[in-house]
Amino acid sequence: MAVAETGAPIPEPPHPALQILRMLWRDKFAFAATLFLLVVIFCAIFGPMLFEDVATRQNLRGRNAAPFDFSKDWSFWLGGDALGRPLLARIIVAAQNTITVAAGAVACSLAIGTALGLVAGYTSRGLSQVIMRLADVIMSFPSLLLAVIVLYMLEPSVGNLIIVLAITRIPVYLRTSRAEVLEVRERMFVQAAQVMGASTGRIVFRHILPVVFPTLITIATLDFAVVMLAESSLSFLGIGIQPPEITWGLMVSQGRPYLTSAWWLSFWPGLAIILTTLSLNLLSNWMRTALDPVQRWRLETRRES
Amino acid sequence: MAAPLLEIRDLSVDFHTAQGNLHAVRNVSWHLDRGETLAILGESGSGKSVSASAIMNLIDCPPGRIASGEILFEGRDLLKMSGEERRRINGKRIAMIFQDPLSHLNPVYTVGFQIAEMMTAHGLPKAEARARTLELLERVGIPDFRTRIDAYPHQFSGGQRQRLMIAMALALKPDILIADEPTTALDVTVQAQILALLEELQNETGMGLLLITHDLGVVAEVADRVVVMNSGQIVETGSAAEVYRSPHHPYTKKLIAAVPGTGAMADPLKTGVEVLLDVKGFSKHYGDFVALDGATLSVLSGETVAIVGESGSGKSTLARALLRLTEPTSGEACFGGRDLVTIPPKELFALRREIQMVFQDPSQSLNPRMTVFEIVAEAFAIHPEILPRAQWKDRVCELLEQVGLDASHMRRYPHQFSGGQRQRIAIARALALQPKLIICDEAVSALDVSIQAQVIALLRSLQDALGLSYLFIAHDLPLVRDFAHRVVVMQGGRIVEQGPVARIFDAPREAYTRNLIAASLSPDPEIQAARRAGRRLHAEAGR
Repeated sequence: MAVAETGAPIPEPPHPALQILRMLWRDKFAFAATLFLLVVIFCAIFGPMLFEDVATRQNLRGRNAAPFDFSKDWSFWLGGDALGRPLLARIIVAAQNTITVAAGAVACSLAIGTALGLVAGYTSRGLSQVIMRLADVIMSFPSLLLAVIVLYMLEPSVGNLIIVLAITRIPVYLRTSRAEVLEVRERMFVQAAQVMGASTGRIVFRHILPVVFPTLITIATLDFAVVMLAESSLSFLGIGIQPPEITWGLMVSQGRPYLTSAWWLSFWPGLAIILTTLSLNLLSNWMRTALDPVQRWRLETRRES
Repeated sequence: MAAPLLEIRDLSVDFHTAQGNLHAVRNVSWHLDRGETLAILGESGSGKSVSASAIMNLIDCPPGRIASGEILFEGRDLLKMSGEERRRINGKRIAMIFQDPLSHLNPVYTVGFQIAEMMTAHGLPKAEARARTLELLERVGIPDFRTRIDAYPHQFSGGQRQRLMIAMALALKPDILIADEPTTALDVTVQAQILALLEELQNETGMGLLLITHDLGVVAEVADRVVVMNSGQIVETGSAAEVYRSPHHPYTKKLIAAVPGTGAMADPLKTGVEVLLDVKGFSKHYGDFVALDGATLSVLSGETVAIVGESGSGKSTLARALLRLTEPTSGEACFGGRDLVTIPPKELFALRREIQMVFQDPSQSLNPRMTVFEIVAEAFAIHPEILPRAQWKDRVCELLEQVGLDASHMRRYPHQFSGGQRQRIAIARALALQPKLIICDEAVSALDVSIQAQVIALLRSLQDALGLSYLFIAHDLPLVRDFAHRVVVMQGGRIVEQGPVARIFDAPREAYTRNLIAASLSPDPEIQAARRAGRRLHAEAGR
């Protein structure tokens, strides 16, 4: 049943930025998630600059210091690690590497995977077959093994880590976007564009991509967590980020031997990972609704309880 | 007098939506007797299906809520019964068939299993159920029923699937059969057969038949009484003949007046008019299957040529091949002196401007993520030589007003419009390129009758104002009779007959055309009764 058959008068929309803010405010979870992500991004950009010294200074009296001891310096409020370094400061500093690796890998695999998926979905069978079999090769090869081999040969740096993680995640986007393109290209409005003489580029970017994109964004946010954890397991194996550089994943694995005596070593960085992924999920949920004109009214009208 | 078999008293159903409480039906009352056919007539959104859903306990609560009323079946209120009791009645005493039989049959089970399941679910032993299934398949007229019982739904045609649904519904000899738009998805000749079958079965079993439809022709063919609904309320009740002859409510009057097929037929265009499109020997093969076989026809400038035929007759294939959405296997199509089939891509791009298409379902042919302005202005973005960017907005306003829409609505999205309005947007988009020929593929068949009439009137006025030609593909003969100058009849990929509209309708030469015309239903119950009697006589004489 069409929702707005009655054709109630719709007022001229306000400024787009204001409209987005208003829609964000309607969804309180998404609003909180946005605030948290802004804090994380701020830490990632300015954290190392401000707290590099605090985070690396050892304080042997603060070894495995318990959290919530507010008599100490603020940086020890979440406790200290095995070498007596303040956890809070380290989490803030580690945000940079973590977010760079995760965002870089997700963005690269999203861009490359989607592009290849669009090509595979909209061109000749031959090219599509080549791309799909390549994806099969990547998928059937254990991703961690691939990462180990590549990183063993290359230098384990942030840049290389991004490349390796991106390659292993490409098939996910590729397969999803291709499947969706195959469905959307048969829709009537694509044919209508063809009848008007629209070029292939126009059909793909103007008509197909906007329909496919929300699905891919949702996958990307879920992938964010997967990539963060993959990075930590590589770091754990000693071929990822190398100490004294730190990431949240590395902090989790460094705290593992002390889990029984000092849980907070792994807990806080783990919580940071969880909260970041959760926020991204909430935000992507909101975005899917906000980007869809058919669903957008849910965020524009006041919710009835 | 005994209580009626089924009676609905003062039923109101609400739905919670974002726009607040929607009253789907308000204070609706009607009754159905044994052996009687009651038709509920209404357009989309009139709430005609809601009361039937309430009877079958199919309303989702929430968002739906039965606000008031009672549904009395043999004197007992269904709404006060437990879920268990209602399940015992559903299917066994009250059965239902739906519009689209394919989506209501499970594709992974054989039809025999699904019909038998209906009976085993209500406690019949397996062997008995299978025997009864064979009986039913024979009764509803499935050929080779002994082997076909183990076939899957996709192996049957649309009409046969509806027969299967009927067999399933009748398996337990229900007292009431509810048919929700049972023939809307079917071809006219098949529709006539299904309606005849329903009538026969009713005479045999004496069940009450509740028919929900938007089609006055169906009402005239089978209904004893009719309930006319508009926006959730009953506006008129009476016998079918009475309501057609002397409607009281203005809505009913409007509905009856909007039925096509009663106006004067158009004269053919005068000779000496330029030939716009000349198609010769057009064919399309899919492997061994011949979808289109040597179609030859022409369209004059300013003329409306209708292509009629049943599903699978190749009429849409012809349209798609003309637009090069699929490549024709052989043949030529001259448009303005150039052959559409062999034209180089660059010239084809220029030619796209001159041939446009309006699709069947406007809710699918408009991109849901683009505003109306973006949809219409895309034509200028693709063909920038038409108009400088600065004038796009003014031109879009002009086009929207030309098709009867409010130009201030151009920032809205397609889902914010009704079906008829959406089709107007699609027409505005086609007009933006200033075409000479518009191909309408079932362009109005998804719309309500009264909206249909408005869109046809719009197309006609645009033809007068802009000198457009139409290639109008349709399955609805009365509509074609009112609108076309010439008619092309297709069957199984071939053109069987073509000529001026008056000649085709008044003196059809081919048996297929005659069948097609005879099968299309008149909204007048008396005419239908006379036709039925004639058919019966014919059948008996043949025996």
